[in-house]
Amino acid sequence: MSETIISYRNVEKSFGDNRIYKDITLDIQRGETLCVIGGSGTGKSVMMKMLVGLLTPDAGEIQVFGQSIIGLKQRQWLDIRRRVAMLFQGGALFDSFTVGDNIQYPMIEHKWGDRPTREKRVTEVLEMVGLGNIEHLYPSEISGGMKKRVALARAIAVEPEVLLYDEPTTGLDPISIRRINGLIRNLQERLGVTSMVVTHEMPSVFTIADRIAMLHDQHIAFVGTPEEAQQHTEPWLADFIVGGGGVLNEDVE
Amino acid sequence: MIKFFDFIGEISLLSWAAFKEFWGGRQDWELITEQLSKGGVDSWSITILTAIFTGMVMAAQFAIGLEPFGASIYTGKLVSLGIVRELGPVLTALLVGGRVGAGFTAELGSMAVTEQIDAIRCLGADPVRKLVMPRVVAMTLIMPLLTVLADLIGCFGGGLISMLQVDLTAQYVLRQMLETIGPEDLMHGLMKSTFFGYWIAIIACWKGMNIRGGAESVGIATTETVVYISVGILVSDFILTQLFLSIYG
Repeated sequence: MSETIISYRNVEKSFGDNRIYKDITLDIQRGETLCVIGGSGTGKSVMMKMLVGLLTPDAGEIQVFGQSIIGLKQRQWLDIRRRVAMLFQGGALFDSFTVGDNIQYPMIEHKWGDRPTREKRVTEVLEMVGLGNIEHLYPSEISGGMKKRVALARAIAVEPEVLLYDEPTTGLDPISIRRINGLIRNLQERLGVTSMVVTHEMPSVFTIADRIAMLHDQHIAFVGTPEEAQQHTEPWLADFIVGGGGVLNEDVE
Repeated sequence: MIKFFDFIGEISLLSWAAFKEFWGGRQDWELITEQLSKGGVDSWSITILTAIFTGMVMAAQFAIGLEPFGASIYTGKLVSLGIVRELGPVLTALLVGGRVGAGFTAELGSMAVTEQIDAIRCLGADPVRKLVMPRVVAMTLIMPLLTVLADLIGCFGGGLISMLQVDLTAQYVLRQMLETIGPEDLMHGLMKSTFFGYWIAIIACWKGMNIRGGAESVGIATTETVVYISVGILVSDFILTQLFLSIYG
Protein backbone atom coordinates (compact mmCIF):
# COMPACT_ATOMS: atom_id res chain seq x y z
CA MET A 1 0.00 0.00 0.00
CA SER A 2 2.95 2.33 -0.30
CA GLU A 3 3.54 2.72 -4.03
CA THR A 4 1.98 5.92 -5.41
CA ILE A 5 0.51 5.21 -8.82
CA ILE A 6 -1.53 8.36 -9.35
CA SER A 7 -0.42 11.76 -8.26
CA TYR A 8 -1.95 15.21 -8.70
CA ARG A 9 0.32 18.17 -7.98
CA ASN A 10 -0.99 21.75 -7.79
CA VAL A 11 -3.57 21.09 -10.48
CA GLU A 12 -5.69 24.02 -11.63
CA LYS A 13 -8.74 23.87 -13.84
CA SER A 14 -11.35 26.36 -15.05
CA PHE A 15 -14.23 26.20 -17.49
CA GLY A 16 -14.44 29.68 -18.92
CA ASP A 17 -14.80 32.04 -15.98
CA ASN A 18 -15.84 29.23 -13.68
CA ARG A 19 -12.81 28.16 -11.66
CA ILE A 20 -13.11 24.56 -10.48
CA TYR A 21 -9.71 23.95 -8.86
CA LYS A 22 -7.12 26.37 -7.60
CA ASP A 23 -4.83 23.70 -6.18
CA ILE A 24 -5.45 19.97 -6.26
CA THR A 25 -2.72 17.88 -4.68
CA LEU A 26 -3.43 14.20 -4.00
CA ASP A 27 -1.68 10.82 -4.13
CA ILE A 28 -3.38 7.48 -4.73
CA GLN A 29 -1.61 4.33 -3.57
CA ARG A 30 -1.57 1.02 -5.40
CA GLY A 31 -4.32 -1.33 -4.27
CA GLU A 32 -6.37 1.15 -2.27
CA THR A 33 -9.94 2.34 -2.78
CA LEU A 34 -10.11 6.09 -2.52
CA CYS A 35 -13.50 7.79 -2.46
CA VAL A 36 -13.71 11.37 -3.61
CA ILE A 37 -16.61 13.24 -2.06
CA GLY A 38 -17.81 16.81 -2.38
CA GLY A 39 -20.83 18.89 -3.30
CA SER A 40 -22.33 19.16 -6.76
CA GLY A 41 -20.21 21.18 -9.15
CA THR A 42 -16.98 20.82 -7.18
CA GLY A 43 -15.37 18.90 -10.05
CA LYS A 44 -15.22 15.36 -8.68
CA SER A 45 -15.70 13.76 -12.09
CA VAL A 46 -13.29 16.25 -13.67
CA MET A 47 -10.50 14.75 -11.56
CA MET A 48 -11.13 11.37 -13.16
CA LYS A 49 -11.61 12.64 -16.66
CA MET A 50 -8.19 14.26 -16.52
CA LEU A 51 -6.63 10.89 -15.70
CA VAL A 52 -7.85 9.33 -18.95
CA GLY A 53 -7.26 12.36 -21.14
CA LEU A 54 -10.88 13.42 -21.60
CA LEU A 55 -10.00 16.79 -20.03
CA THR A 56 -6.68 18.52 -19.54
CA PRO A 57 -5.56 20.57 -16.53
CA ASP A 58 -4.81 24.27 -17.03
CA ALA A 59 -1.76 24.08 -14.79
CA GLY A 60 0.01 21.64 -12.48
CA GLU A 61 1.21 18.08 -12.94
CA ILE A 62 -0.53 14.71 -13.05
CA GLN A 63 1.43 11.47 -13.04
CA VAL A 64 0.02 8.01 -13.70
CA PHE A 65 2.32 5.01 -13.14
CA GLY A 66 5.15 7.48 -12.60
CA GLN A 67 4.66 9.03 -16.04
CA SER A 68 3.45 12.57 -16.64
CA ILE A 69 0.26 12.62 -18.69
CA ILE A 70 0.48 16.27 -19.64
CA GLY A 71 0.79 16.69 -23.39
CA LEU A 72 0.63 12.97 -24.22
CA LYS A 73 0.00 12.06 -27.85
CA GLN A 74 -2.97 9.93 -28.95
CA ARG A 75 -0.87 6.75 -29.24
CA GLN A 76 0.69 7.27 -25.81
CA TRP A 77 -2.77 7.43 -24.27
CA LEU A 78 -3.53 3.95 -25.57
CA ASP A 79 -1.33 2.23 -22.99
CA ILE A 80 -2.68 4.37 -20.12
CA ARG A 81 -6.27 3.69 -21.19
CA ARG A 82 -5.64 -0.05 -21.15
CA ARG A 83 -4.29 0.13 -17.61
CA VAL A 84 -6.79 2.73 -16.33
CA ALA A 85 -10.47 2.01 -17.03
CA MET A 86 -13.37 4.31 -16.34
CA LEU A 87 -16.91 3.38 -15.39
CA PHE A 88 -19.24 6.19 -16.49
CA GLN A 89 -22.18 7.44 -14.47
CA GLY A 90 -24.83 6.14 -16.85
CA GLY A 91 -22.79 3.14 -17.93
CA ALA A 92 -22.19 4.63 -21.41
CA LEU A 93 -22.92 1.29 -23.07
CA PHE A 94 -23.13 1.46 -26.86
CA ASP A 95 -26.85 1.28 -27.70
CA SER A 96 -26.33 -0.30 -31.10
CA PHE A 97 -24.18 -3.15 -29.75
CA THR A 98 -25.27 -6.19 -27.78
CA VAL A 99 -23.96 -6.67 -24.24
CA GLY A 100 -21.42 -9.18 -25.58
CA ASP A 101 -20.16 -6.82 -28.28
CA ASN A 102 -19.96 -3.98 -25.75
CA ILE A 103 -17.68 -6.08 -23.56
CA GLN A 104 -15.60 -7.24 -26.52
CA TYR A 105 -15.07 -3.66 -27.69
CA PRO A 106 -12.02 -2.80 -25.53
CA MET A 107 -10.57 -6.25 -26.18
CA ILE A 108 -10.76 -5.69 -29.94
CA GLU A 109 -9.27 -2.21 -29.66
CA HIS A 110 -6.43 -3.43 -27.47
CA LYS A 111 -5.94 -6.52 -29.69
CA TRP A 112 -6.77 -8.92 -26.89
CA GLY A 113 -6.85 -12.48 -28.20
CA ASP A 114 -8.87 -14.06 -30.99
CA ARG A 115 -12.66 -14.29 -31.16
CA PRO A 116 -13.12 -17.50 -29.07
CA THR A 117 -10.78 -16.12 -26.38
CA ARG A 118 -12.71 -12.88 -26.29
CA GLU A 119 -16.06 -14.67 -26.10
CA LYS A 120 -14.75 -16.78 -23.21
CA ARG A 121 -13.59 -13.63 -21.48
CA VAL A 122 -17.03 -12.03 -21.95
CA THR A 123 -18.66 -14.96 -20.12
CA GLU A 124 -15.97 -14.79 -17.43
CA VAL A 125 -16.36 -11.07 -16.67
CA LEU A 126 -20.14 -11.27 -16.79
CA GLU A 127 -19.98 -14.03 -14.18
CA MET A 128 -17.66 -11.85 -12.09
CA VAL A 129 -20.32 -9.13 -11.97
CA GLY A 130 -23.05 -11.66 -11.25
CA LEU A 131 -24.67 -11.75 -14.68
CA GLY A 132 -25.03 -14.69 -17.02
CA ASN A 133 -26.45 -15.41 -20.46
CA ILE A 134 -27.24 -11.84 -21.36
CA GLU A 135 -24.55 -11.46 -24.06
CA HIS A 136 -27.15 -11.33 -26.80
CA LEU A 137 -29.32 -8.63 -25.20
CA TYR A 138 -29.14 -4.93 -26.10
CA PRO A 139 -28.61 -2.26 -23.40
CA SER A 140 -32.21 -1.08 -23.88
CA GLU A 141 -33.41 -4.54 -22.81
CA ILE A 142 -31.72 -4.57 -19.39
CA SER A 143 -32.30 -2.61 -16.16
CA GLY A 144 -30.28 0.37 -14.89
CA GLY A 145 -28.48 -1.72 -12.27
CA MET A 146 -27.61 -4.37 -14.85
CA LYS A 147 -26.31 -1.70 -17.21
CA LYS A 148 -23.89 -0.51 -14.55
CA ARG A 149 -22.72 -4.07 -13.95
CA VAL A 150 -22.27 -4.67 -17.68
CA ALA A 151 -20.31 -1.41 -17.89
CA LEU A 152 -18.17 -2.68 -15.02
CA ALA A 153 -17.67 -5.98 -16.86
CA ARG A 154 -16.61 -4.01 -19.96
CA ALA A 155 -14.22 -1.91 -17.87
CA ILE A 156 -12.48 -4.93 -16.30
CA ALA A 157 -12.38 -6.99 -19.51
CA VAL A 158 -8.79 -6.04 -20.34
CA GLU A 159 -7.62 -6.40 -16.73
CA PRO A 160 -6.90 -2.76 -15.86
CA GLU A 161 -4.80 -1.90 -12.84
CA VAL A 162 -6.87 1.16 -11.94
CA LEU A 163 -10.65 1.54 -12.04
CA LEU A 164 -12.31 4.94 -11.96
CA TYR A 165 -15.95 4.83 -10.86
CA ASP A 166 -18.06 7.91 -11.61
CA GLU A 167 -21.10 7.83 -9.30
CA PRO A 168 -21.43 4.03 -9.53
CA THR A 169 -24.49 3.75 -7.28
CA THR A 170 -26.42 6.93 -8.08
CA GLY A 171 -30.04 6.30 -8.98
CA LEU A 172 -30.00 2.61 -8.12
CA ASP A 173 -32.24 0.65 -5.77
CA PRO A 174 -30.78 -0.45 -2.38
CA ILE A 175 -30.15 -4.02 -3.52
CA SER A 176 -28.27 -2.88 -6.62
CA ILE A 177 -26.30 -0.40 -4.51
CA ARG A 178 -25.25 -3.18 -2.15
CA ARG A 179 -24.33 -5.40 -5.07
CA ILE A 180 -22.21 -2.71 -6.78
CA ASN A 181 -20.46 -1.86 -3.51
CA GLY A 182 -19.75 -5.55 -3.01
CA LEU A 183 -18.30 -5.76 -6.51
CA ILE A 184 -16.01 -2.77 -5.97
CA ARG A 185 -14.72 -4.34 -2.77
CA ASN A 186 -14.46 -7.76 -4.37
CA LEU A 187 -12.44 -6.49 -7.36
CA GLN A 188 -10.02 -4.81 -5.00
CA GLU A 189 -9.58 -7.93 -2.89
CA ARG A 190 -9.51 -10.50 -5.72
CA LEU A 191 -7.63 -8.61 -8.41
CA GLY A 192 -5.78 -6.01 -6.37
CA VAL A 193 -7.33 -3.25 -8.47
CA THR A 194 -6.74 0.33 -7.37
CA SER A 195 -10.02 2.22 -7.32
CA MET A 196 -10.99 5.85 -7.32
CA VAL A 197 -14.70 6.29 -6.63
CA VAL A 198 -16.53 9.56 -7.07
CA THR A 199 -19.74 9.55 -5.07
CA HIS A 200 -21.82 11.54 -2.63
CA GLU A 201 -23.55 8.52 -1.13
CA MET A 202 -22.00 8.35 2.30
CA PRO A 203 -23.18 4.83 3.24
CA SER A 204 -21.40 3.54 0.13
CA VAL A 205 -18.30 5.53 1.00
CA PHE A 206 -18.07 3.93 4.45
CA THR A 207 -18.58 0.47 2.95
CA ILE A 208 -15.90 0.63 0.29
CA ALA A 209 -13.36 3.34 1.10
CA ASP A 210 -9.86 2.78 2.45
CA ARG A 211 -9.40 6.53 2.33
CA ILE A 212 -11.64 9.50 1.67
CA ALA A 213 -10.68 12.73 -0.11
CA MET A 214 -13.00 15.70 0.08
CA LEU A 215 -13.13 18.45 -2.53
CA HIS A 216 -14.08 21.72 -0.94
CA ASP A 217 -13.32 25.34 -1.75
CA GLN A 218 -11.48 24.42 -4.99
CA HIS A 219 -8.96 22.13 -3.34
CA ILE A 220 -8.65 18.79 -1.53
CA ALA A 221 -9.63 19.96 1.92
CA PHE A 222 -9.43 16.57 3.63
CA VAL A 223 -7.70 13.23 3.03
CA GLY A 224 -7.89 10.44 5.55
CA THR A 225 -9.46 7.17 6.59
CA PRO A 226 -13.23 6.86 7.11
CA GLU A 227 -12.62 6.83 10.87
CA GLU A 228 -10.63 10.08 10.68
CA ALA A 229 -13.40 11.61 8.56
CA GLN A 230 -16.01 10.71 11.15
CA GLN A 231 -13.97 12.28 13.92
CA HIS A 232 -13.45 15.49 11.94
CA THR A 233 -15.18 18.47 13.50
CA GLU A 234 -15.05 21.03 10.67
CA PRO A 235 -18.67 21.70 9.65
CA TRP A 236 -18.02 21.42 5.89
CA LEU A 237 -17.02 17.78 6.36
CA ALA A 238 -19.11 16.84 9.39
CA ASP A 239 -22.30 18.23 7.78
CA PHE A 240 -21.59 16.41 4.56
CA ILE A 241 -21.07 13.11 6.36
CA VAL A 242 -24.25 13.32 8.39
CA GLY A 243 -26.28 14.53 5.41
CA GLY A 244 -26.11 18.29 5.75
CA GLY A 245 -24.61 18.64 2.28
CA GLY A 246 -27.36 20.98 1.11
CA VAL A 247 -25.84 24.00 2.83
CA LEU A 248 -22.47 23.05 1.46
CA ASN A 249 -23.82 22.69 -2.07
CA GLU A 250 -25.13 26.24 -1.96
CA ASP A 251 -21.69 27.41 -0.96
CA VAL A 252 -19.98 25.80 -3.89
CA GLU A 253 -22.49 26.37 -6.68
CA MET B 1 -16.85 37.20 -37.44
CA ILE B 2 -14.72 35.44 -34.81
CA LYS B 3 -17.42 32.76 -34.58
CA PHE B 4 -17.24 32.26 -38.33
CA PHE B 5 -13.48 31.74 -38.25
CA ASP B 6 -13.89 29.43 -35.24
CA PHE B 7 -16.37 27.40 -37.27
CA ILE B 8 -14.04 27.23 -40.30
CA GLY B 9 -11.14 26.25 -38.04
CA GLU B 10 -13.06 23.50 -36.27
CA ILE B 11 -14.46 22.07 -39.52
CA SER B 12 -10.97 22.11 -41.06
CA LEU B 13 -9.44 20.33 -38.07
CA LEU B 14 -12.15 17.67 -38.02
CA SER B 15 -11.83 17.19 -41.79
CA TRP B 16 -8.07 16.84 -41.49
CA ALA B 17 -8.42 14.32 -38.64
CA ALA B 18 -10.91 12.27 -40.70
CA PHE B 19 -8.67 12.48 -43.79
CA LYS B 20 -5.64 11.35 -41.77
CA GLU B 21 -7.58 8.36 -40.41
CA PHE B 22 -8.63 7.37 -43.92
CA TRP B 23 -5.30 8.01 -45.57
CA GLY B 24 -3.37 6.44 -42.70
CA GLY B 25 -4.71 3.04 -43.77
CA ARG B 26 -6.96 2.62 -40.78
CA GLN B 27 -10.16 2.47 -42.80
CA ASP B 28 -12.73 0.24 -41.26
CA TRP B 29 -14.65 -0.87 -44.35
CA GLU B 30 -17.31 -2.60 -42.28
CA LEU B 31 -18.21 0.75 -40.69
CA ILE B 32 -18.00 2.57 -44.04
CA THR B 33 -20.30 0.00 -45.67
CA GLU B 34 -22.78 0.37 -42.83
CA GLN B 35 -22.87 4.12 -43.39
CA LEU B 36 -23.10 3.68 -47.17
CA SER B 37 -26.23 1.68 -46.54
CA LYS B 38 -27.71 3.99 -43.88
CA GLY B 39 -26.81 7.27 -45.54
CA GLY B 40 -26.92 6.38 -49.18
CA VAL B 41 -28.77 3.27 -50.19
CA ASP B 42 -31.65 4.06 -47.85
CA SER B 43 -31.94 7.48 -49.52
CA TRP B 44 -32.68 6.14 -53.01
CA SER B 45 -36.45 6.38 -52.64
CA ILE B 46 -36.41 10.03 -51.57
CA THR B 47 -33.99 10.76 -54.45
CA ILE B 48 -36.25 9.13 -57.04
CA LEU B 49 -39.33 10.88 -55.74
CA THR B 50 -37.67 14.30 -55.75
CA ALA B 51 -36.07 13.84 -59.15
CA ILE B 52 -39.08 12.57 -61.05
CA PHE B 53 -41.38 15.34 -59.88
CA THR B 54 -38.73 18.01 -60.39
CA GLY B 55 -38.16 16.79 -63.97
CA MET B 56 -41.87 16.66 -64.66
CA VAL B 57 -42.70 20.09 -63.20
CA MET B 58 -39.75 21.69 -65.02
CA ALA B 59 -40.90 20.19 -68.31
CA ALA B 60 -44.48 21.34 -67.71
CA GLN B 61 -43.33 24.90 -67.00
CA PHE B 62 -40.90 25.05 -69.93
CA ALA B 63 -43.46 23.63 -72.32
CA ILE B 64 -45.89 26.43 -71.47
CA GLY B 65 -43.25 29.16 -71.19
CA LEU B 66 -41.60 28.35 -74.51
CA GLU B 67 -44.83 27.89 -76.46
CA PRO B 68 -45.34 31.61 -77.37
CA PHE B 69 -41.88 31.54 -78.97
CA GLY B 70 -42.57 28.30 -80.80
CA ALA B 71 -39.70 26.75 -78.87
CA SER B 72 -41.54 24.05 -76.92
CA ILE B 73 -39.64 21.40 -78.84
CA TYR B 74 -36.56 22.39 -76.83
CA THR B 75 -38.23 21.44 -73.56
CA GLY B 76 -36.28 18.18 -73.23
CA LYS B 77 -33.02 19.96 -73.96
CA LEU B 78 -33.54 22.59 -71.26
CA VAL B 79 -34.85 20.16 -68.68
CA SER B 80 -31.92 17.79 -69.09
CA LEU B 81 -29.36 20.59 -68.86
CA GLY B 82 -31.02 22.07 -65.78
CA ILE B 83 -31.30 18.70 -64.08
CA VAL B 84 -27.79 17.45 -64.78
CA ARG B 85 -25.98 20.69 -64.04
CA GLU B 86 -28.00 22.09 -61.17
CA LEU B 87 -31.17 20.57 -59.87
CA GLY B 88 -30.00 16.95 -59.79
CA PRO B 89 -27.02 17.58 -57.51
CA VAL B 90 -28.53 20.45 -55.49
CA LEU B 91 -32.00 19.10 -54.78
CA THR B 92 -30.66 15.62 -54.04
CA ALA B 93 -28.11 17.12 -51.63
CA LEU B 94 -30.76 19.26 -49.91
CA LEU B 95 -33.13 16.34 -49.46
CA VAL B 96 -30.51 13.75 -48.52
CA GLY B 97 -28.70 16.35 -46.42
CA GLY B 98 -31.83 17.03 -44.40
CA ARG B 99 -32.56 13.37 -43.93
CA VAL B 100 -29.08 11.99 -43.32
CA GLY B 101 -27.54 15.07 -41.69
CA ALA B 102 -30.28 15.29 -39.07
CA GLY B 103 -29.91 11.56 -38.42
CA PHE B 104 -26.13 11.75 -37.98
CA THR B 105 -26.34 14.71 -35.59
CA ALA B 106 -29.09 13.16 -33.51
CA GLU B 107 -27.22 9.83 -33.31
CA LEU B 108 -23.83 11.30 -32.44
CA GLY B 109 -25.43 13.89 -30.16
CA SER B 110 -27.24 11.21 -28.18
CA MET B 111 -23.96 9.34 -27.91
CA ALA B 112 -22.22 12.49 -26.69
CA VAL B 113 -24.76 13.31 -23.97
CA THR B 114 -24.76 9.72 -22.70
CA GLU B 115 -20.93 9.77 -22.58
CA GLN B 116 -20.64 7.05 -25.24
CA ILE B 117 -18.13 9.15 -27.21
CA ASP B 118 -16.01 9.57 -24.07
CA ALA B 119 -16.34 5.81 -23.54
CA ILE B 120 -15.00 5.13 -27.05
CA ARG B 121 -11.90 7.17 -26.17
CA CYS B 122 -11.49 5.48 -22.79
CA LEU B 123 -11.79 2.01 -24.31
CA GLY B 124 -8.82 2.67 -26.55
CA ALA B 125 -10.49 3.79 -29.78
CA ASP B 126 -10.68 7.10 -31.61
CA PRO B 127 -14.15 8.63 -32.15
CA VAL B 128 -12.98 10.27 -35.39
CA ARG B 129 -11.94 6.88 -36.79
CA LYS B 130 -15.06 5.11 -35.49
CA LEU B 131 -17.72 7.74 -36.09
CA VAL B 132 -16.62 10.61 -38.31
CA MET B 133 -14.38 9.07 -40.96
CA PRO B 134 -16.83 6.30 -42.02
CA ARG B 135 -19.67 8.82 -42.38
CA VAL B 136 -17.60 11.34 -44.34
CA VAL B 137 -16.19 8.67 -46.68
CA ALA B 138 -19.60 7.04 -47.19
CA MET B 139 -21.40 10.30 -47.97
CA THR B 140 -18.62 11.53 -50.27
CA LEU B 141 -18.85 8.27 -52.22
CA ILE B 142 -22.61 7.89 -52.28
CA MET B 143 -23.72 11.43 -53.17
CA PRO B 144 -22.39 11.32 -56.77
CA LEU B 145 -24.13 7.96 -57.25
CA LEU B 146 -27.41 9.33 -55.92
CA THR B 147 -26.95 12.32 -58.20
CA VAL B 148 -26.54 10.06 -61.26
CA LEU B 149 -29.76 8.34 -60.20
CA ALA B 150 -31.48 11.74 -59.79
CA ASP B 151 -30.18 12.86 -63.21
CA LEU B 152 -31.55 9.76 -64.92
CA ILE B 153 -34.91 9.84 -63.19
CA GLY B 154 -35.25 13.63 -63.54
CA CYS B 155 -34.55 13.42 -67.28
CA PHE B 156 -36.99 10.54 -67.55
CA GLY B 157 -39.71 12.60 -65.83
CA GLY B 158 -38.95 15.64 -67.99
CA GLY B 159 -38.91 13.50 -71.11
CA LEU B 160 -42.24 11.93 -70.21
CA ILE B 161 -43.97 15.31 -69.87
CA SER B 162 -42.26 16.56 -73.07
CA MET B 163 -43.81 13.59 -74.88
CA LEU B 164 -47.24 13.96 -73.36
CA GLN B 165 -47.60 17.74 -73.28
CA VAL B 166 -45.58 18.89 -76.31
CA ASP B 167 -46.34 15.78 -78.31
CA LEU B 168 -42.72 14.87 -79.01
CA THR B 169 -41.56 11.31 -79.71
CA ALA B 170 -39.44 9.41 -77.21
CA GLN B 171 -36.63 9.03 -79.76
CA TYR B 172 -36.60 12.78 -80.45
CA VAL B 173 -36.48 13.72 -76.74
CA LEU B 174 -33.79 11.15 -76.00
CA ARG B 175 -31.63 12.26 -78.93
CA GLN B 176 -32.06 15.88 -77.92
CA MET B 177 -31.00 15.14 -74.36
CA LEU B 178 -27.98 13.08 -75.40
CA GLU B 179 -26.86 15.79 -77.81
CA THR B 180 -27.25 18.47 -75.14
CA ILE B 181 -25.54 16.90 -72.18
CA GLY B 182 -21.79 16.64 -72.56
CA PRO B 183 -19.38 14.83 -70.27
CA GLU B 184 -18.37 18.19 -68.75
CA ASP B 185 -21.99 18.84 -67.70
CA LEU B 186 -22.12 15.50 -65.96
CA MET B 187 -18.73 16.06 -64.32
CA HIS B 188 -19.82 19.54 -63.26
CA GLY B 189 -22.78 18.04 -61.37
CA LEU B 190 -20.86 15.09 -59.98
CA MET B 191 -17.98 17.17 -58.62
CA LYS B 192 -20.46 19.41 -56.86
CA SER B 193 -22.30 16.44 -55.40
CA THR B 194 -19.02 14.98 -54.12
CA PHE B 195 -18.42 18.19 -52.21
CA PHE B 196 -22.03 18.24 -50.97
CA GLY B 197 -21.64 14.69 -49.65
CA TYR B 198 -18.53 15.69 -47.71
CA TRP B 199 -20.24 18.85 -46.42
CA ILE B 200 -23.36 17.01 -45.20
CA ALA B 201 -21.33 14.47 -43.23
CA ILE B 202 -18.74 16.79 -41.76
CA ILE B 203 -21.28 19.38 -40.55
CA ALA B 204 -23.57 16.72 -39.10
CA CYS B 205 -20.70 14.96 -37.30
CA TRP B 206 -19.19 18.20 -36.01
CA LYS B 207 -22.52 19.33 -34.61
CA GLY B 208 -23.29 15.93 -33.11
CA MET B 209 -19.90 15.43 -31.48
CA ASN B 210 -19.99 18.86 -29.83
CA ILE B 211 -23.38 18.60 -28.18
CA ARG B 212 -23.33 19.24 -24.44
CA GLY B 213 -26.35 19.00 -22.17
CA GLY B 214 -29.43 16.91 -22.73
CA ALA B 215 -32.26 16.10 -25.10
CA GLU B 216 -33.03 19.76 -25.77
CA SER B 217 -29.46 20.37 -26.98
CA VAL B 218 -29.79 17.42 -29.34
CA GLY B 219 -32.96 18.95 -30.81
CA ILE B 220 -31.39 22.38 -31.24
CA ALA B 221 -28.21 20.98 -32.80
CA THR B 222 -30.21 18.79 -35.20
CA THR B 223 -32.17 21.81 -36.43
CA GLU B 224 -28.98 23.83 -36.79
CA THR B 225 -27.38 21.02 -38.75
CA VAL B 226 -30.12 21.09 -41.36
CA VAL B 227 -29.80 24.89 -41.64
CA TYR B 228 -25.98 24.81 -41.91
CA ILE B 229 -26.13 22.01 -44.48
CA SER B 230 -28.81 23.69 -46.61
CA VAL B 231 -27.22 27.13 -46.56
CA GLY B 232 -23.78 25.61 -47.18
CA ILE B 233 -25.08 23.66 -50.18
CA LEU B 234 -26.71 26.72 -51.75
CA VAL B 235 -23.72 29.02 -51.17
CA SER B 236 -21.12 26.48 -52.27
CA ASP B 237 -23.25 25.62 -55.29
CA PHE B 238 -22.96 29.21 -56.49
CA ILE B 239 -19.21 29.33 -55.83
CA LEU B 240 -18.53 25.94 -57.43
CA THR B 241 -20.73 26.79 -60.43
CA GLN B 242 -18.78 29.99 -61.00
CA LEU B 243 -15.55 28.05 -60.67
CA PHE B 244 -16.55 25.32 -63.12
CA LEU B 245 -17.99 27.81 -65.59
CA SER B 246 -14.73 29.74 -65.57
CA ILE B 247 -12.85 26.49 -66.23
CA TYR B 248 -15.15 24.72 -68.69
CA GLY B 249 -17.24 27.64 -69.94
